[in-house]
Parts: sequence; C-alpha cells; structure tokens
Amino acid sequence: MRYVDEFRDRVKADVLVKEIERLLAHMGRDQDRPLQIMEVCGGHTHTIFRYGVEGMLPKSIELVHGPGCPVCVLPMGRVDDCVAIAERAEVIFTTFGDAMRVPGSRKSLLQAKADGCDVRMVYSPMDALALARKNPTREVVFFGIGFETTMPSTALTVLQAEREGIKNFSIFCNHITIVPTIKAILDSPDLRLDGFLGPGHVSMVIGDAPYEFIARYYKKPMVIAGFEPLDILQSLWMLLKQIDEGRCEIENQYARVAPAGGNAVALQAVAQVYELREFFEWRGLGSIDHSGVKVREAYAGFDAERRFAVPNARIADPSSCQCGEVLKGVIKPWQCKVFGRACTPETPLGALMVSSEGACAAYYQYGGIKRGRDEAKASAA
Amino acid sequence: MNMISFPPRRPRGKVHVPTVTLAHGGGGKAMKDLIDDVFVAAFDNPLLAPLDDQARIDLLDLAQYGDRLAFTTDSFVVDPLVFPGGDIGKLAVCGTVNDLAVGGALPLYLSCAVIIEEGVSIDLLRQVATSMAATAREAGVKIVTGDTKVVNKGACDRMFITTTGVGVVAAGVELGAHRARPGDAVLVNGLLGDHGAAILGARGDMALQSPIESDCAPLQGLIESLLKSAPNTRFMRDPTRGGVATVLNEIAEAAQIAIEIDESATPLRNEVRGFCEILGLDPLYLANEGKIVAIVPPDEAEPAVEAMRAHPLGRQAAIIGTVVAGEPGRVTMRTIFGGRRIVDMLVGEQLPRIC
Repeated sequence: MRYVDEFRDRVKADVLVKEIERLLAHMGRDQDRPLQIMEVCGGHTHTIFRYGVEGMLPKSIELVHGPGCPVCVLPMGRVDDCVAIAERAEVIFTTFGDAMRVPGSRKSLLQAKADGCDVRMVYSPMDALALARKNPTREVVFFGIGFETTMPSTALTVLQAEREGIKNFSIFCNHITIVPTIKAILDSPDLRLDGFLGPGHVSMVIGDAPYEFIARYYKKPMVIAGFEPLDILQSLWMLLKQIDEGRCEIENQYARVAPAGGNAVALQAVAQVYELREFFEWRGLGSIDHSGVKVREAYAGFDAERRFAVPNARIADPSSCQCGEVLKGVIKPWQCKVFGRACTPETPLGALMVSSEGACAAYYQYGGIKRGRDEAKASAA
Repeated sequence: MNMISFPPRRPRGKVHVPTVTLAHGGGGKAMKDLIDDVFVAAFDNPLLAPLDDQARIDLLDLAQYGDRLAFTTDSFVVDPLVFPGGDIGKLAVCGTVNDLAVGGALPLYLSCAVIIEEGVSIDLLRQVATSMAATAREAGVKIVTGDTKVVNKGACDRMFITTTGVGVVAAGVELGAHRARPGDAVLVNGLLGDHGAAILGARGDMALQSPIESDCAPLQGLIESLLKSAPNTRFMRDPTRGGVATVLNEIAEAAQIAIEIDESATPLRNEVRGFCEILGLDPLYLANEGKIVAIVPPDEAEPAVEAMRAHPLGRQAAIIGTVVAGEPGRVTMRTIFGGRRIVDMLVGEQLPRIC
C-alpha cells in the first residue's frame, strides 16, 4: 500500500538499527545502565509491540511505555459513572470499542450491555449524533475519551448538534490533556528517563510549541514521532543523536502530518467547547492539576454530567496494582506483583491490562511474559 | 416387523402471505405450506420429500466411500443476513461442509434447522433457502432433514440456522494436530480475513465503504486435490471465527509444538490491510469462511501449494510458516519489519482502538 509500506521497509530499518547501535556505543552505554526513553503515546506502544521493534534494539536502550493510552488511565470511578448513566432506561450509551472492557468497581460497560443496558460501540462521535437524530425519544450519550487527538472531533460534534438544535445528545466528557501529565512525570522524584518520544497525533492538533518547557526547564530532549515502525526507529535515532551531541531540543520527526503550529480549526473548536478542570484523577498517577477538560457552561445542555446525576465517587485502585510505577517507568510490567497472575487480559485488575495500547496487555500479548521470565531467570543466575 | 413405506402423496403447499407469522410455527397447515413452498421446493431431493421425522440412509451406500463416519454440527448467526459474497444460508452449508472436509471426510448429507423471528419476509427466507440449495449442489451434499421454528418478535435476531453434517472418511486418511513435527510447513489456500472484513463493512455502522466480498465457499474439492498431492498431510482446520491466529494457537497448544509464521508471506488483500489499518484491527484474527490452514511435511509442501493453486479456491495459496522446535504451544511471527512477536489468542473479540 502506498504511504504505508514505505514506512515498514526492512532494509531502511536495518540501517537505522545499526546507526542506533553506533550512537549507543559512542555514548559508552551498556546493558547495566541502559538509556531509558519513554514513548508517551499508547499508539507508539502498540506499534513497538506489533512490529517487534523492541527486540531489534540493543539492550543498552530501554523503552518505557508511558501514560498515553486514554483507556488505561481512566479511573475506576469514571467507569462507574458511565455504567450509572448507561443503566438509565432512556439512555443509549455510545462508546469507542476499547473502552467497553475497562473494569469499573462494579462492572464494565461490556457487562452492563450483557445486563440489558443499551450500550453501543461507535467509531466516531458523529455516529453517536446520527443515533440521536434517529432516536428522538431516547437520550444518546457519547463517552468522550482521549487526549487532544480525539478532543476536537467531540467538540465539533457538540457544535454540530447545537447548529441542528438536537436536544437528546450529550457527551460524558473524560478528555484529558497531555502537557500537565508529562510535567507530572517529570516532577516525579523517582524519575529516571533520559528522553521522550512525543505523541504525533496530539501534535497534529497542538503543534510542538507546548512541549518547549521539557527541553528548556527539565533539560530532557523530545522527538515528536509518527506511528509507523520506521517513524519510531528514526525518532529514536534523532533522540540519541541529540543526547550524543549534548543537545536538548524538541524536534519533529512527524512533520509530514503534524505542522509546527498545530491545527487552528481544531484548536478553535476545543477552546470554544471545553475549559480546564481544576483537577482530574488519573488511574495509577493520582490527581493531576489542569489535566482534564469539562464542557463549558455555554454548552451545558450537551454535558451528560449536568444532565444526569452521576455518583462521581472516587474509587481507589486495587492496592496490589502497580500501574503507577509501570506508567512512570519505575518498573517493567512483568515486575508488577500481579502481572500475569491475578491480572491478565481476561481478568484485568489494572487498566494497563485492558486496552491493546496498555503496556501490560501489550507485554502479555506480544511476548512480554517470556521476556519477563527470561530476564527474571537471568537476574537470579 | 415388516416396514411399509408410503409414497409421498401430499400436494405441495403454497405460502400466500408476505411475512412469517407465529402461525407458520404452529405445526398446522401454515407451517406445512411454508416448509413445502420454501424448503422442500429449494432443497428438492427424494430423501427429504416425504417429510418423515428422519432421513434414512443406506449404510452400504455410505460404506463405499470409506470406513469411518464423520459427524459435525454448527449454528450460524450473522448480521447482516445477506452480505457481499454470501448470506446466512450459504454460510450454514459451507461451514458444516468445511468442518467435515478438513477432517478428511467426504461430506454427504446435511440437516437444516431454522429458527425464524416472526415478521421476517418470505422472500428473504426463500432467498436463503435457494442459496443453501445452490451451495449444497456445489458441495455435492444433500439436505435431507430439517426443522423449522418460529419465535416471537425480539426472541431472536431474524434468523438462526443450525446445520448438522455427516460424511465419510476414506480408509487410510489420518489427520490430527498431534502428527505435526518440527520442519513441517504451514499452508493457507489464499487471502486471509476477507469474510471478517466483508461482514464488518456490510454492517454499515462505521461509515467505511468496503469493496471486500466474503470468501465463503465449500472446500471439499480443494481439500481432495490437496490430499492427493500431499497424502501425508498432518492436519487441517478452517480458520473461521478468531482467524488464522486462533487456529494456529489451537494447533500449537493441542500438539505441544511451536509455530513461526512470516508476516511477509501471509497473503492479504490490500483492501483488507487498509481496512484493518484504519480500524486498528489485526487481519490475522479476522474470520474466514473459505480458507484452510494445513500442516504438511516439508517434502510435500511445494506439491501441496501447487495443487491448491491449480484449484479456483486456492489461487493465492502460500506457505506462511513452519513448525519449529520452540516453547510448546507458542506461535510467533517474523514481522514484515524484521522484528519478532508473539501471536497469542484473543481474550474477547477484537475491539477497534481509539486512535
């Protein structure tokens, strides 16, 4: 396929891997103190596992799978709120597919559907709006979830609903914003990271300027990366080059899609519909200031939180889960106490085990168990 | 006791209403008319026509084909009922015929049980029955017994079909996953994931126009030529729900072997690849309804591929992998990019990702 296969070229990959090895050797990196690079975005995690990128890299570089899967960082209490809304007889609750399996404290949306709630999987918020048009006697609620990548499409759908005067459509807004989250990770006292692969889809909307503080104040380099496996390798190479040359900048590998200034139309829609929440709870990371958005007063009619009473309870993560430490790169998924035992994709305790973008599920599915076992054996010997 | 056989004397009934009602399930004249007009007319064979409670098959007739009876059953539910490349009726015949054929059996007779929701149009029912009859003819099987139930609106999703099949396994044909050995080749007969992608596209709830047709087809002919060219074939299975990835895991688990497949050798239609890229799905897990996965000894791999390529349903046959000496039960893939990853069983159905 044009514009796809070009980014999966094995020969080019070999060249990049050799160049990465050369740079690591030049830096004098060895396996005992590997360079830790965090890919912030769940889409990157998925690509890394899907194409076996991690196994192609030398052991002196370690990829840390960050908090960029919106499903994974959704707190249990918010899932309970979704279920409470979905349980109302008048409601058709619509959601993206991978949010269906996230466990709440009582049940997931998939379980709620099995129990008789009208929960439907959609592929865009516009599909949910179309359902509202078709079902004027029902209340259609869309589960707004995701970073800046999906935030504009939910906002544009609200604006479209307003233009059409549709009264039976609302969103349950759980959109989150990436910059405060990276800042929270950088402020973490146990931080060990040496650099970041930035989320390319987010930069399609916000550009690269919002990340400047990472280089300027925290002295960590970042390369905004695309989602094909060659994008990942090239971005790692660019990052290593910066580190090797003693530079610390925000570079954009994904310029073919993500313009430096972002997308003005998307940003305008986002600014018009949402405002920052003072706090937002993240699964595994706790409350992060100004990291979530809510619907502005002017669009209150489209805000499910205002239209339906939701429990809004804070549910603590199971104490055995170490999602937070995995998200911050302090431990690897297989080092978590419950990984692969109490916590599996069939019975996820922590949300990182739910979505295919979650670090734990990806490790479980794409070979992490074996790797974990091998490494555990090696360290015991 | 002397058996007295009565020739069928009933005049054929006729349906005069446009939709199925509960009366068609009541056991009376309306039901007889429906069965006559739709099913008996379409399936048209002397074993079914008397509408006795059972079809009686001469054992000597069966024995001429082999020394073991193969017996299988499957239920078919699909949304939409009619999709590009097929419908629930074609699927119900192909599915059971293929389940027999992959065991090395010659499929011979089918039963057909239909559960219909009241309100379904007679025209749709007729279309499905005609399609079943045509597919059965193509597969060389006869539908010789059946059952019809009508349920209240909302009690089922328009129509469910269960088919049961019997076939005969020729003497000397022995297939089983436990026969696989390191070095054996893993083959498929063509492009993967077409059925799964066609059904997802036909549901129309994702605003994606897709030109992909289901691969739904009866495979007994293709399998017959494969077994002729590769008589020591170890094992075959049709990768329906769960796709090739699931079948390979089942084989690896059952036989306690390791399998490694090569992504670049895995035949995929560009449209299916594109479809999966957009939705974040993995084509290895998409359903197929006209495909087999076969494990054959290394020296018979090339003849097997050639035999399949000579058949219309195997033009894009390929060797996609090898049985290897690795951790038992493990399936891995060399990615197109040069990496290596584990291909595991899915936990539930594949769910499209957010972004």
